[in-house]
Amino acid sequence: MTTFLGMPATAPRGVGNLRGEEPFPAAARKALGNEQLRRNLGHATATIRAKSGAVIAELPDWQELRSAGSALKADTMARLPELLLQLEENVTRAGGVVHWAADANEANRIVTELVRATGHDRVIKVKSMATQEIGLNEALEAAGIEAVETDLAELIVQLGHDRPSHILVPAIHRNRAEIREIFLREMPGVDPALTDEPAVLAAAARRYLRETFLRTRVAVSGANFAIAETGTLVVLESEGNGRMCLTLPETLITVMGVEKLVPTWRDLEVFLQLLPRASTGERMNPYTSMWTGVTPGDGPQSFHLVLLDNGRSAVLADEVGRQALHCIRCSACLNVCPVYERTGGHAYGSVYPGPIGAVLSPQLTGVEDNASLPYASSLCGACFDACPVKIDIPSILVHLRGEHVRARRRPTPESIAMAAAAYTMDHPRLFAAAQHAARLSRFAGRRLPRPFNGWTASRDLPPPPPETFRDWWAKR
Amino acid sequence: MRIALFVTCLADTMFPAAAKATVRLLERLGHEVVFPAGQTCCGQMHINTGYSRDALPLVRRHVRTFAPYDVVVAPSGSCVGSVRHQHAALARSAGDGGLAARAEEVAARTYELSELLVDVLGVTDVGAYYPHRVTYHPTCHSLRMLRVGDRPLRLLRGVRGLELVELPAAEQCCGFGGTFALKNADTSAAMLADKMRHVLDTGAEVCAAGDSSCLMHIGGGLSRLGAEVRTVHLAEILAATEEP
Ligand code: SF4
Repeated sequence: MTTFLGMPATAPRGVGNLRGEEPFPAAARKALGNEQLRRNLGHATATIRAKSGAVIAELPDWQELRSAGSALKADTMARLPELLLQLEENVTRAGGVVHWAADANEANRIVTELVRATGHDRVIKVKSMATQEIGLNEALEAAGIEAVETDLAELIVQLGHDRPSHILVPAIHRNRAEIREIFLREMPGVDPALTDEPAVLAAAARRYLRETFLRTRVAVSGANFAIAETGTLVVLESEGNGRMCLTLPETLITVMGVEKLVPTWRDLEVFLQLLPRASTGERMNPYTSMWTGVTPGDGPQSFHLVLLDNGRSAVLADEVGRQALHCIRCSACLNVCPVYERTGGHAYGSVYPGPIGAVLSPQLTGVEDNASLPYASSLCGACFDACPVKIDIPSILVHLRGEHVRARRRPTPESIAMAAAAYTMDHPRLFAAAQHAARLSRFAGRRLPRPFNGWTASRDLPPPPPETFRDWWAKR
Repeated sequence: MRIALFVTCLADTMFPAAAKATVRLLERLGHEVVFPAGQTCCGQMHINTGYSRDALPLVRRHVRTFAPYDVVVAPSGSCVGSVRHQHAALARSAGDGGLAARAEEVAARTYELSELLVDVLGVTDVGAYYPHRVTYHPTCHSLRMLRVGDRPLRLLRGVRGLELVELPAAEQCCGFGGTFALKNADTSAAMLADKMRHVLDTGAEVCAAGDSSCLMHIGGGLSRLGAEVRTVHLAEILAATEEP
């Protein structure tokens, strides 16, 4: 058993999906060149935004609910070790088995061994961010175990040998013609006369998934919430496929980030209002499944809960950054983010895209491994306003930029320029002299020299004014 | 009323017209404007780019410069946002509780122009005349850090001759974001392209805002497109009268 003793460690390299292959600006440039992607994303996010905005407007106490959610999460984080032990006790008492995983490697090993012990070589999966974070499907595959995603959009991503690009709508970057292609190529037993009608595509997936549900004995899920007081696990979903996985198999293995905890059953009331309205724009999500340990003769007879750290203790140790652990993965921040809307999720390189990804991924991996992400925001603040648990994402972004700057060992052209600017600005005479120099200098043309030419590639600098304000004031 | 003007480094250097207009406007309304010597920059660029250590002396300077005044105004939502939401926090994390307390006092007396006019001076009709078709970009920091709400629009509606046209998707960021426009130039340009399309769709002659930085960004893009639309600071519109 591993608890929080010792130094908080970050998520290990070489496993899981928290690190991108290239910095954000480079990945974003490619995505920006894809017109179809931008249209798909712009349309999808605008639709969800409008839907969500309308159902949120129905609640007169939305701001109070947000505050309540935020306070509950802050309280949970303050007592996390104690509450986790309480959860362990209650899950165990109800007939479940709790495993503690310090990182992705340990979690993958635990799940692989558990599946092996059942003697089966296929698992069905409930959509889960945690298992994507640790790269569980890849680990299972390496062990000769097939993992089948049952969430429709996750299935599309999996069959397409693709990566998810949105927390809630992982295939948001695909259109139906592409989906038809993928099904025809990859779905076992698909009707070759498949069209790209949404209903036809859904029916094809349904047929395939039904068969898989009926012949698979092991399921792997994540969890939206876990209740310390009762040992109850909670999954929210829209399609009902998750519920099939949670009830049909003999063995259920749940992998859950330690931050998914809530202290009491009553606390759920707040989150069950916040999550669906903020995420899918529904008053209530269609399926809410809850289970506590095992019930003889009903549902899986063997239940395992894997509690995953994978860098979360390090996040918890950071006073400013820890509120990123309050996230309930609703994806509202993605849907309002002007950067996400234009670049899509893949540019963030991690399973956690958008504003929350820009703060969570660098914290889980250590900021040096995701150094471009804290800068992937104009700090417009739309995410903060949208977040149902009031995570101050802009402040964490600025905080992480500071961490990154402080961690750098050698001066860079930027750090030298920043220091020089600060020095100049702290000496008003120097500042006035610099203003005059800038006005006379040659770059007072309409384009800037390198390394600032990125700005003037698509914008003109204004012509410099004949005099500065302070000159004008001095002459009055 | 005696009002201290915080010009902001960008307005001082590149857009003095916005600051001059602020002076003209407040004097026309019968107030005394002072320009405290020793001011330079609030340090927002340093703070937001992660250079909080470099920013600390600038915060100290700003607080020292403006501490003696009862009312401070800046023609920039973004810089007032920094003063109000970042200065004290920065001082506190640097372990300087005294500075944090003084920063909080200065912040409590610092207003963005539309806040000062509407909340402190209690005017929405400033007696301006500006016979143009105008659309207004609210700017993220005014909107979300300061919550200026419809104050600028109420002021614009009080301007004689002015035809106000609604900007589609007004609340979306123009893509400036300080060093974001440099570090993520392509994404910034894509955001700007949409903002410009919306501005052009209004058919307005003038795109106004309360932040010189966003106006520089939008204006720079429109200039490159060769568009006719001008970018003008809110203060310049409110300062305009029939007499030239
Ligand atoms: S950060 Fe907030 S808005 Fe974004 S996914 Fe998490 S809970 Fe939702």
